[in-house]
Amino acid sequence: MDLYEYQGKELLRNYGLETLPGIVAGTPEEAARAAEALGGTVAIKAQVLTGGRGKAGGIKVVSNPREAREAAEQILGMDIRGHTVRRVYVEGGAEIEREFYLSITVDRTAKRPLILFSTEGGVEIEEVAETNPDAIVRLHVDPLVGLLPYQVREVTFAAGLEGDAAKGVGRTLNSLYEAFEGLDASLVEINPLVVTSEGHVLTLDAKVTVDNSSLYRHGDIADLHDVEAADVQEQRAQEVGLQYVKLDGNVGILGNGAGLVMSTLDVVAQAGGEPANFCDVGGGADAEKIAEALDIVTSNEQVESVLFNIFGGITRGDEVARGLLSAIEGTGITLPIVVRLDGTNAEEGLRILAENTPENVHTEETMLEAARRAVELARDGGR
Amino acid sequence: MAILVDDGTRLLVQGITGREGAFHTGRMLQSGTNVVAGVTPGKGGQDYEGVPIFNTVDEAVGETGANASVIFVPPPFAADAIFESLAGGLSTVCCITEGIPVHDMMRVAGYIENKDATLVGPNCPGVLSPGKSNVSIMPGDIFMPGNVGVVSRSGTLTYQIVNELTQRRIGQSSAVGIGGDPIIGTDFIEILSLFEADPETECAVMIGEIGGNAEQLAAEYVRSEMDTPVVAYIAGFTAPEGKTMGHAGAIVSGGESTAEAKSEALREAGIRAATNPSEVAELVAEALAGREG
Repeated sequence: MDLYEYQGKELLRNYGLETLPGIVAGTPEEAARAAEALGGTVAIKAQVLTGGRGKAGGIKVVSNPREAREAAEQILGMDIRGHTVRRVYVEGGAEIEREFYLSITVDRTAKRPLILFSTEGGVEIEEVAETNPDAIVRLHVDPLVGLLPYQVREVTFAAGLEGDAAKGVGRTLNSLYEAFEGLDASLVEINPLVVTSEGHVLTLDAKVTVDNSSLYRHGDIADLHDVEAADVQEQRAQEVGLQYVKLDGNVGILGNGAGLVMSTLDVVAQAGGEPANFCDVGGGADAEKIAEALDIVTSNEQVESVLFNIFGGITRGDEVARGLLSAIEGTGITLPIVVRLDGTNAEEGLRILAENTPENVHTEETMLEAARRAVELARDGGR
Repeated sequence: MAILVDDGTRLLVQGITGREGAFHTGRMLQSGTNVVAGVTPGKGGQDYEGVPIFNTVDEAVGETGANASVIFVPPPFAADAIFESLAGGLSTVCCITEGIPVHDMMRVAGYIENKDATLVGPNCPGVLSPGKSNVSIMPGDIFMPGNVGVVSRSGTLTYQIVNELTQRRIGQSSAVGIGGDPIIGTDFIEILSLFEADPETECAVMIGEIGGNAEQLAAEYVRSEMDTPVVAYIAGFTAPEGKTMGHAGAIVSGGESTAEAKSEALREAGIRAATNPSEVAELVAEALAGREG
């Protein structure tokens, strides 16, 4: 789960990280009032769950409430990489002397936390990795032991830091590691981490991603989930416990098992079509769940045909077929549905479908044939 | 022969009295697996379908000589169950549970480094050696004994491919689901090395997907270390960046995590790569024919 900058900063402050004072605003008036309360030069920053807002014009530095209002007017409602800006963060200013980059991520290959530190702050780390890889210090932490003092020294010495800057960055790193563990984060990134002319080390921008699997033990963080920002279908799917991802095409896709569904999407693309979504209904032939999934998939108005790809494992093909028929009956869907059923008792399942099929249901034997059929039907327009 | 589980497997089921645990224990018993013990804290002394239940793994191992475990414990308690199995000295631990926090799994991964044990999963279907032992939630009926080893990050995609192999009368030595999470125990390389060393396995199938770089590392291993032919398939070409596609570990986050990058690595390593699941069985048939000829 990705958090907005202002949410991430609030959580990081609990671990002792220093930030500038800031106020969230949802309207230009609120932004003007916030600028007045903070006083002096402030930054108006778009709050979106994506990167690249600076380049998109989503951050403006202003010197009074009137300018703050104008800036907020421009930024609110802006589209940044498909995300609509609905809030800005009005943040106080600081005299910046140096900018660094600091992050902790989960290194899947090493199976350990990985710390990245760079003296080139304010730039995307991928860019630094290409242009000046030597500017990046990398360090793995043993999760059973935690971050040790010598490792913190290794980072600050390798970065060539001295005096107060070394101490401040060291303290920040310790706090950030505590936050990474405490928040069950899969990413905590501070870019830039700045040293002010008074020697303070401040978190100027923060990106925090919390591991979805850990949310059961972080109810406070789970509550931060922004329902309004979520796609309608994705939100509904989440509520009923379905794995659903919306895409841009017109062939709706359902199947059982993440791998099989991903593969179905690929085969549809190979057949010249465009998948409208990823939807894993999980194992089982539970008619209610299939009906729910069908309803969500077809509520996306771009969908012109549906491809239902099921592999009968422990749940037999005949049960799947009966579940599907009752689901179609229950939802009253008239869009063309191509069913491809394979695995245990698939023949029996296909026979049941053939005998009872509503007009809009077509069966195919292979994934490839089913994909071609679904793509053709989508092209002809199912609605 | 087979890998990880075989006739000598004496299985312990952690979470045997839960809904999933009970259901799949029944199925594993039906397919002839030697299930010797179950563990559910607080239910020691009872039994399930004739399998004695113990309060702790330590007690269960002492009483029954179990040498492998399969875990059906809910996510908040699953990492603890893995630690308990590893501490109990079990050499093969299969964790079926989906949804274990990543930080829990990093601690497990750190702990297992000093243990002589193989952790399969989590978020996996388990391991099945047809005709010998079924330590999994896989549908046993679609398998047949034979010479093809299968290793995969996905459950149903494995079933799909195994089913097509079986329909062509191409049997399997073992099928291993290594799991769809970001942090998993055993990986492609370890399983491929077991297949390479297994005299019965004449061809290996590797089923990968988006996320991480395990397929690239495996491709390099296949190129430099393996004589056994390998057929691969990668899912997720159409996955958008930054979206989790069902499996917690299946996410495109740039660079090496894309299906294109993985396929490219496979091609460069000279591995036969299928463009759809059905083609896997065709390529396996070709590889086996090439080996005979």
